Amino acid sequence: MTERKNYTASELLAVMSGRILKDGQIVFAGVGIPLLAATLAQRVHAPGLTILFEGGVIGPFVVPGQLPPSTNEQRCTRRANMVLPITDVLLLLQRGYVDVGFMGGAQIDRYGNLNSSFIGDPEKPSIRLPGTGGGNDISSLTQMIVAMKHEKRRFVEAVDFITSPGFINGGNSRAECGLIAGGMHRVVTDLAILGFDAKTKEMQVEALHPGVDPEEVKDNTGFDIAIGDHVARTEPPQENELAVLRSLDPDRLYTA
Amino acid sequence: MAERTLTTPHLELRRATAERDRGLREKVMSLEEAASFVSDGDHVAVGGCTMSRTPTALIWALVRAKKKNLTVSRSIVSSEGDVLYGSGVSAHIITSWFSQGIVWGVSKVMRHYTESGQAQFDEWSHMALGLRYRAGAMGIPYMPVRSMIGSDVCERLGGQVKEVECPFTGERLLALPALNPDIALIHVQRADAYGNAQLDGLQFMDIDIAMAANRVILTTERIVSNDQIRRAPDQTRIPFFTVDAVVEVPYGSAPHECYGVYEPFFGHMDALAGQTKADPVEGIRKYLDDYYYGPASWSEYLQRIGVEALIDAGCRGRSIYND
Repeated sequence: MTERKNYTASELLAVMSGRILKDGQIVFAGVGIPLLAATLAQRVHAPGLTILFEGGVIGPFVVPGQLPPSTNEQRCTRRANMVLPITDVLLLLQRGYVDVGFMGGAQIDRYGNLNSSFIGDPEKPSIRLPGTGGGNDISSLTQMIVAMKHEKRRFVEAVDFITSPGFINGGNSRAECGLIAGGMHRVVTDLAILGFDAKTKEMQVEALHPGVDPEEVKDNTGFDIAIGDHVARTEPPQENELAVLRSLDPDRLYTA
Repeated sequence: MAERTLTTPHLELRRATAERDRGLREKVMSLEEAASFVSDGDHVAVGGCTMSRTPTALIWALVRAKKKNLTVSRSIVSSEGDVLYGSGVSAHIITSWFSQGIVWGVSKVMRHYTESGQAQFDEWSHMALGLRYRAGAMGIPYMPVRSMIGSDVCERLGGQVKEVECPFTGERLLALPALNPDIALIHVQRADAYGNAQLDGLQFMDIDIAMAANRVILTTERIVSNDQIRRAPDQTRIPFFTVDAVVEVPYGSAPHECYGVYEPFFGHMDALAGQTKADPVEGIRKYLDDYYYGPASWSEYLQRIGVEALIDAGCRGRSIYND
């Protein structure tokens, strides 16, 4: 990439993933990029989008500059329509009320399986990560959007541990495990927008971000990833999108 | 992996409940008296979630009373997990997520104890843990769920979960064993002397925990009159007969948040994360000395956190009522 960019990689993630969300959707969001992207979508093109937090919140409007430290503090409840117990908000996923689950990821593989539990052998891990939280429930029960940095160590052939299931071993294996609904929809990175082949369920490139060439994606992916000859290009972040993001996160807690 | 499911046989659960004094009686006591209700080896469920309505004062009292071998379950575990591991009060935590908080990265204390095999961290999905408490509250031995199946989270739990076929549709589901904690620790904004508790804001899993447990210790920012409770019974979330002890503890969740009263003490949390990142063993030992073993009283604990920090967290906490 040669041209100078007026946005950070995290801002690019938030803008690109926010654009995928549609008006009227119910979105189960984590804090950080997912919350920023969902709030950005509300302000720019999807005023009727509803955010759910796993702490038990339906439809909050977060206050710019007062982003919540997790989905479980009072800042998450500002101007919400309803608060309810954790188990009940998660049950909305199982009941089928949620269109999109939206979260970040530490490690992902070819079939969209996510690991946030162990690096290395789970019996003798080199790093014990914090764990699933609601991630497993969300990815088991609805369509998923994942936003993460595109790095070789994060995009691996097979994750060390499936915390949040994608398409397991590809093909029909997800449904055969008993997960009959949901699945990975998009992985948004700072290089590209990735989707999954309808049949094999292998990750593939749907669109490249401005200034990114296909080789850069291949070089930063730990497995062979398909890129079509006429792959789409995303539009660069617009001034109004960046302005909204910066008003939401003036201290750059999540968009540094 | 231990395959003990922590589900109490139904008649045993009912017998224990029948033996409890469920009359409308005052049960106000000190933190130390309440802590004596917890026995070594108990399964203790902790109310709140992450940095919210954590019953910090009661955990503080358990650490000072040198309790041992507790199995602790909680929806999401924050810095109190570091305290439980570091003090030796618990080497077995059951939760869905365990670190100080997202903004501080991965807890070095959790990593040190789990990676070295000195402590166990059983990982369940958030909803699975919630449904285990709910099954416990419902008086049934298990709950079917559509998540966790197919993942390594499920695989690693071994015989603690079982795949079942729905007797009506033939679908494959995962059966989760009920959780009936020996004792639950819950912090609320207000309760009366009998234990009728009213919660503001997020309820987390607290109501299910209270109903599922064999005993409940309530800490509360304020003890209010029973008349006040009776004027707004729709606000009461935990009924008195599930509660065995009521302790009035202002700032009882510090350095975490209590909805509408105070927000998290971010400076204090930054310092804890910083010193445990530098050296998890020495960092948590010093933290325990400074804040758990050192102070003569809960007031002195708050004094060490500092007046400025208390005022700042309080202003931020109450600000949600300013709009």
